[in-house]
Amino acid sequence: MPTLLPIDTLLIAVCAWLAVGLAGLVAPRNTRFIAKTLFPAGALVGMLVGFVSLGSLGAAPETAVLAIGLPDLPFHLRLDSLTAIFGVLLGFISVGISIFAAGYFREGEGTAPGLLCLEYHAFLASMLMVLLADDAYAFMVAWESMALASFFLVTTNHQHAEIRRAGYLYLLIAHVGAISILLSFGVMTANSGDYTFSGMRGQHLSSFWASAAYLLALFGFGAKAGLVPVHVWLPEAHPAAPSPVSAMMSGVMLKTAIYGLLRVSFDLLGSPIWWWGVVALGVGLVTALFGVLYSTVQSDMKRLLAYSSIENIGLIAVGIGLTLIFHSYRMEALAALAMTAVLYHCLAHAGFKSLLFLCTGSVLHATKERSLGKLGGLIHRMPWVAWLALAGVIASAGLPPLSGFISEWLLLQAFLFSPGLPHPWLNMIVPVAAALVVLVAALAGFAMVKFYGIIFLGQMREESLKDAHDAGWWERAGLIWLALITLCLGIFPSSVILRIDAATRQLLGTGLSERMADHGWWMLAPISVERASYQPLVFLAVIVASVLLGRQLVHHLYHGRTRRSAAWDCGYFFQGPRAQDTAEGFSQPIRRIFEPMFRLTRHFPTARDTQPYYSVKVEDHFWHWLYLPLARLVGGISGLITLLQGGRIAIYLLYSFITLILLLLVARP
Amino acid sequence: MNISGLLAQLFAIVMALFLAPLLTGWVGQCRAWLQSRTAPPLLQPYYMLHKLFHKDVVLAHGASSLFRVAPFVVFGCMVLACAIVPTLSTDLPFAPAADTIALVGVFGLARVFISLAAMDIGTSFGSLGGRREMLVGFLAEPALLMVIFTTAMISQSTSVATIVETLAHREFAIYPSLAFAGIAFTFVSLAENARVPVDNPATHLELTMIHEAMILEYSGRHLALIEWAASLKLYAYSCLGLALFFPWGVAAGDSFPAMLAAIPLLLLKLSIGGFLLAVIETVNAKMRIFRAPEFLGTAFLLAVLGLLVRLLLETRV
Repeated sequence: MPTLLPIDTLLIAVCAWLAVGLAGLVAPRNTRFIAKTLFPAGALVGMLVGFVSLGSLGAAPETAVLAIGLPDLPFHLRLDSLTAIFGVLLGFISVGISIFAAGYFREGEGTAPGLLCLEYHAFLASMLMVLLADDAYAFMVAWESMALASFFLVTTNHQHAEIRRAGYLYLLIAHVGAISILLSFGVMTANSGDYTFSGMRGQHLSSFWASAAYLLALFGFGAKAGLVPVHVWLPEAHPAAPSPVSAMMSGVMLKTAIYGLLRVSFDLLGSPIWWWGVVALGVGLVTALFGVLYSTVQSDMKRLLAYSSIENIGLIAVGIGLTLIFHSYRMEALAALAMTAVLYHCLAHAGFKSLLFLCTGSVLHATKERSLGKLGGLIHRMPWVAWLALAGVIASAGLPPLSGFISEWLLLQAFLFSPGLPHPWLNMIVPVAAALVVLVAALAGFAMVKFYGIIFLGQMREESLKDAHDAGWWERAGLIWLALITLCLGIFPSSVILRIDAATRQLLGTGLSERMADHGWWMLAPISVERASYQPLVFLAVIVASVLLGRQLVHHLYHGRTRRSAAWDCGYFFQGPRAQDTAEGFSQPIRRIFEPMFRLTRHFPTARDTQPYYSVKVEDHFWHWLYLPLARLVGGISGLITLLQGGRIAIYLLYSFITLILLLLVARP
Repeated sequence: MNISGLLAQLFAIVMALFLAPLLTGWVGQCRAWLQSRTAPPLLQPYYMLHKLFHKDVVLAHGASSLFRVAPFVVFGCMVLACAIVPTLSTDLPFAPAADTIALVGVFGLARVFISLAAMDIGTSFGSLGGRREMLVGFLAEPALLMVIFTTAMISQSTSVATIVETLAHREFAIYPSLAFAGIAFTFVSLAENARVPVDNPATHLELTMIHEAMILEYSGRHLALIEWAASLKLYAYSCLGLALFFPWGVAAGDSFPAMLAAIPLLLLKLSIGGFLLAVIETVNAKMRIFRAPEFLGTAFLLAVLGLLVRLLLETRV
């Protein structure tokens, strides 16, 4: 009897997701069946994917060949530790999102639920196929299916023009990126005609062609991940998509692009050159700073999160750049540290960003509002969502004791022990880069306080918010699952790192586990205890103990009496909810300090206005400096082509005739 | 982790809890002397805490549970910070629980909670204070970490205990990088502890306040905890500064005699530090809120300069 290998189980999971999706077509309008049966079934498959991938971390790579596709080009598949770690991410994060989706999708919202179910599960299946693919052909097929499935998901509410526009932009940039990835694979095959990844590993490219392949891959995968300057689709597509889809795209799909970049630059392209790392580091820093600054000034809660995703992808790129630099100089211990930070941040960001996107989904359903300026005080009506969102906010701000802090800590440690690079000016750039990373992290805190404070705290800015209701139990379960992931990633870093280590070891040949093994699970000390250590559990325990002890002591020694009264109004009675900071008001210091970074259109009231109003619009410089000129250029060139098209048949016949004559002249024997 | 270590740790925490208000009182007293006012008694902060604990809490109608939890969380964060910073000994059981980066994280966590609590009631002052606090925070945090990086590079470690041991037991040499870092640290501490010239703890003038604007709605035991936490923060920052730049005299073990011997020196250093703080607060005027970025930007640049000096000039030391 043949044994069931993990890779076979994962293939069965792909089929199961597709089957669940197709089952949605049986009764496309039966929302109850689809939401309460099919989406939980999808979550079960996700759980299977997560555990199987977890089990195959560190195991020997397995391969399989599927005889589908073109006659001479079967699908090559491979399950190794790098695939497995992203499989863990995909599996476990999709569990939370699918459970949430079971309570989220309703009737009458754009696409029929059955179709939505198919698109959603096809999206999941294609992402798993991207991770499993072991040749360029299978990879591109899966990559394109992923792009298409997510395009249809983004345009779920296609009756709105701006959503169609966002979907179009997304599709366009996804394809520009896909072309670049295809070219990169083309360079790596080096005319051998062998499209399998194992063939590419065997090629020894000259440094010029290797660099070309790397830069093409960086651009292509960067377009999917949202690196500056190909980030513009992200803040458009994320608000347009339904929240579980935004969560899936931001939490998981962006990570498949990171997976691709890691696969190409560390696995397929053997030995990196030092300046590749500098390029990734620079692009990452610009992306991170740009993302976080724009996220602080947004007034739409999902755009704010979308820009925050750009920031996090930037930080991941910084980590990749640092790993490449260390790896190229054979400083493997530091490279392993930076790589661990990268993989950890992928996991952490997947958890907390999907959590936050799902929370915005609950808020959206409860209030029908996406604009921060019309929300407020929801902690009173939606305590579950508010407290679970707080976990995401703290993690996203990179604060202990949750997940975001660990990856940031690892990254800073990697920066800190960098002196000793054989390149003098790299030695100077690296600390300055560390300073910028810290600035980004601190600004992320600002953005997150704004996000949370304006949505959940304060007074309700609109009367209608009084009717807001808390999320249902399905939604709560999904949120709790993701919050637990965020908490566990924050509290048990050593156990997680020991598992991640298999992937690090596969890519770099060395890992952190030897140095970490003798410290025990509660202690995170990637190098040695004397150098740096962090014990999140002690950390949490001291804070919790002092909170509880403090409360008990105060109540015991003094009293616990509380009265309610009106808030202090400074003797001015006419203060309504409107007196609070708006989203724009909260970010005013940022706009003022970093003014050149934004393209601002402001309207100030004058002293004599009878109906004074203030408005501010923040736009992306890249639109005006890069995209619009480019669009005009493309438009101009297409305009030239219309000169050829006279619209009269005689002219076209003349073209054919001239072509024929020319061909006869050229092809003369 | 043995019993005597735990007891020593507990002793350090309890001492922090009781010394912190004393330090605040001492600074207030020095300030009054320098400004030729009649000084309040040294124990004034204790009287105030006692009074506030006795009073009823008056909560605004719109206050949520987060508003009530926040003072305890902030207090807990500051207790943890005081447990990590080596005050008397470098060999305490909680020392490996968090290194300097995590220490900055603790201060960040407290700041986020107090800012969120400030936004909770939904008055205009609250959110104004909250956003100003976050503004000061995101400007000060990078500068603080750069200072820490400089010291970490000298000692090849981010663990506070190791840094202090290395710096205290090195041969006496003047590090220019430490001088830069020290000035930057002073700037950051002034901003982080809501002191003149960035903020003024003694004012309730509407347009200038930061810290006071955030806690305007707090009363009774909540306010007491926040005030106590503020004293603890000042204490933790002072001890961190002393540990990084004047580390001599901190005991290396967890034995009680060694720790008791370290107390007088610590008190001396703290009282000098407190007096200098009062001098700074007296000779400076509070600046406009939008001068704060320049002030903290200077601190950041100084810290980065310190780091570069370390990398370029001192790598062979």
